[in-house]
Amino acid sequence: MTEPGDATCSVLVWVSERTWQACIDAARRLPAASTRITLIHVTEDNPPNAAHGAYLGLMGRRPPSPDPAARITEFERHSAAELLDAAARRLGRPCDRIGRHGHPEREVVTAAADADLLIVARDGDPSRLGPKSLGKEARFVVDHAPCPVLLIWPGATPSVASIPPKPPKPPKPPKPPKPPHIE
Amino acid sequence: MLAWAVIRPKGWPEAVAAVPAAALVMATGAISPRDALAEAQRLGPVIGFLAAVLVIAQLCDDEGLFRACGAWMASRSRERPRRLLVQVFAVAAVTTAVLSLDATVVLLTPVVFVTAARLRVRSQPHMYACTHLANSASLLLPVSNLTNLLAFSASGLSFGRFAGLMALPWLAAIGVEYVVLSLYFRADLSAAGRQAAEGGTGEVSLPAFTIAVVALTLAGFALTSTAAVNPAWAALAGAVILAVRGLAQRRTSLSGLVRAADVPFLLFVLGLGVVVRAVVDNGLGGALRPLLPSGTSLPALLAVAALAAVVANLINNLPAVLVLLPLAAPSGAGAILAVLLGVNIGPNLTYTGSLATLLWRRIMHQHGSAPSLREFTILGLLTVPAGLALAAVALWAGLHVLGG
Repeated sequence: MTEPGDATCSVLVWVSERTWQACIDAARRLPAASTRITLIHVTEDNPPNAAHGAYLGLMGRRPPSPDPAARITEFERHSAAELLDAAARRLGRPCDRIGRHGHPEREVVTAAADADLLIVARDGDPSRLGPKSLGKEARFVVDHAPCPVLLIWPGATPSVASIPPKPPKPPKPPKPPKPPHIE
Repeated sequence: MLAWAVIRPKGWPEAVAAVPAAALVMATGAISPRDALAEAQRLGPVIGFLAAVLVIAQLCDDEGLFRACGAWMASRSRERPRRLLVQVFAVAAVTTAVLSLDATVVLLTPVVFVTAARLRVRSQPHMYACTHLANSASLLLPVSNLTNLLAFSASGLSFGRFAGLMALPWLAAIGVEYVVLSLYFRADLSAAGRQAAEGGTGEVSLPAFTIAVVALTLAGFALTSTAAVNPAWAALAGAVILAVRGLAQRRTSLSGLVRAADVPFLLFVLGLGVVVRAVVDNGLGGALRPLLPSGTSLPALLAVAALAAVVANLINNLPAVLVLLPLAAPSGAGAILAVLLGVNIGPNLTYTGSLATLLWRRIMHQHGSAPSLREFTILGLLTVPAGLALAAVALWAGLHVLGG
């Protein structure tokens, strides 16, 4: 593994629909000469599956009602390519692109095996600092990443004041009365 | 025959099995030709009604109605995922109610996906909204679901009265879906941190003529029904007007219209009706009758809806409604509508609407990529019991206010 800043430092950027701009902006701050950037987008299988399931529930229907999943899968491919294009344009420098299918968190972790740095955005509650700012997927990636992770806020970073104050210590239970001293 | 319908061997129409099966039950004496004829006569107008609605939905698609809906949602949502979810709920609920669940599943769902993807919004909440509402928002009108059409002809209710009694349960079921989906996907729906997608959305032009004809057809349903004329004629009139215009403007073809009417499916429904009648008359009816409570008290309505949901999840909702209707009919319209709550909301519990279909898909997918069922099942468990219970309470309240 090489250190960030070396000539061969390879950086993987997770491009997801919600947070891609912030991740790209973070990648742009890295020195162009010494980093090789790869963008990864993972297409989820659930949208076409949901449509396919609903279609199967329509017992006995035939074409001309074609399975909507086919149309959705085709458009998914198209829109994943478009998103990677938009991300590459925003990045404004040469980069590699990876398009994968399946569970985003697992695909990103697998692809990060050869990376020196992984850029991930928080995908949970963006309104306050705290553990809930990581959603299910980013939590998995942060916990399992096989390389250093740059974890960024997708929008403005909440202030430190968003951390709730430490709860006051519960009052100590009153000492039990001393047993009467018997002379 | 059910196995055939689930498996769909070699892509052959279900009617290839259903029609001979119907002939077989008649030949073996399981159902007398007279009863079979009566069943066919009862189902005939229902099937005609269904064909007209299928054609209207397809013509709406040919006229660009659903594409226009997508553009409208995109422009109104201002790229905010939660606003888009509200638009999707509105469009999917209305589409399902007016043009039937088939239109939502086959014609609207891909448009919603494309809209979400263009806005660079994660599409999962919106896709689940579409597929769930295709079932749970199909309570409102007799035309919303084939199950409703079958029950409508058995219930003796007028079109307006059916809609009046089902309005509250419809809203209740949609409300439950909205609350569950917006909480479950709250992170995806949060607008914070999002930046505008590149490229604006174009002008929206809704096909006004088509919308006007559909609205008039709806009014026609209510009018014909109060005049004791079968509302199927209003559906036919709407389909003819749109078809003539579509043909004149070469936006549609005669063969396209025939395909849209889905004749094999109509034959399948007819065959299924005769076979189910034979099965119910020869023992299944007697076995299920003790399980079905009579009356329209709140506990009875809840129990009927729950039982209907269970049966629909076992064998798909179309056979389920055919089995349960004759058993619920003696308790009156309230019990029939409770059956509809179960068979329409219930299918959201399993990924494919029934265990029979699901099991077969699992077998089929052993070598391929099996869909992850976890999320489907969680969302089903969160929405179906709550939706059923609330809709049954709403139906009970409606029956009290409007009178059963």
